[in-house]
Amino acid sequence: MQLAKVIGDVVTSCKDENLTGIKLLIVQPLNADRQASGRPIVAADSVGAGVGEHVFFVRGKEASFPFYPVEPPVDAGIVGIVDHWDMD
Amino acid sequence: MQIARVVGTVVSTQKHRKFESAKLLLVQPLNADDTPRGGTLLAVDGVGAGIHEKVLVVLEGRAAGEALGRKGAPVDAAIIGIIDTVTIDE
Repeated sequence: MQLAKVIGDVVTSCKDENLTGIKLLIVQPLNADRQASGRPIVAADSVGAGVGEHVFFVRGKEASFPFYPVEPPVDAGIVGIVDHWDMD
Repeated sequence: MQIARVVGTVVSTQKHRKFESAKLLLVQPLNADDTPRGGTLLAVDGVGAGIHEKVLVVLEGRAAGEALGRKGAPVDAAIIGIIDTVTIDE
């Protein structure tokens, strides 16, 4: 998983039927020092995250697990909202 | 699997139910010479690792789910060992 900040959302009208009802958000992956790490990506939201929040997301097939038994064709999914993190 | 160092802890109240009671740690993957490689990752802890420790991390969903002891968990990284020593013979 990776830390990220939600920076936007995506609206699609014409899409795979298994994506129906799934909120798609744009997340900017972050390093632990809050610097951006790589490019923003689109992630499916299963925890009710919103723009401006810090979240963590999972990559790969596991991103579809929160929507079981539906298997949406996603490769990134937000699975938690971060309250805070602490560095050493 | 990758060698990484634990660099932080993460607190999350609102998360997928399969993460309940799981410990989330920030890990920095390392090169063979202990220099950082790539960005910081978030891994579930399956072995009771602590900050500053050098650990072994799996970056694959099924393995990570098994480390957490929960099938179908939406995880892609888990700490599966605490490293005592690494020896590399050139």
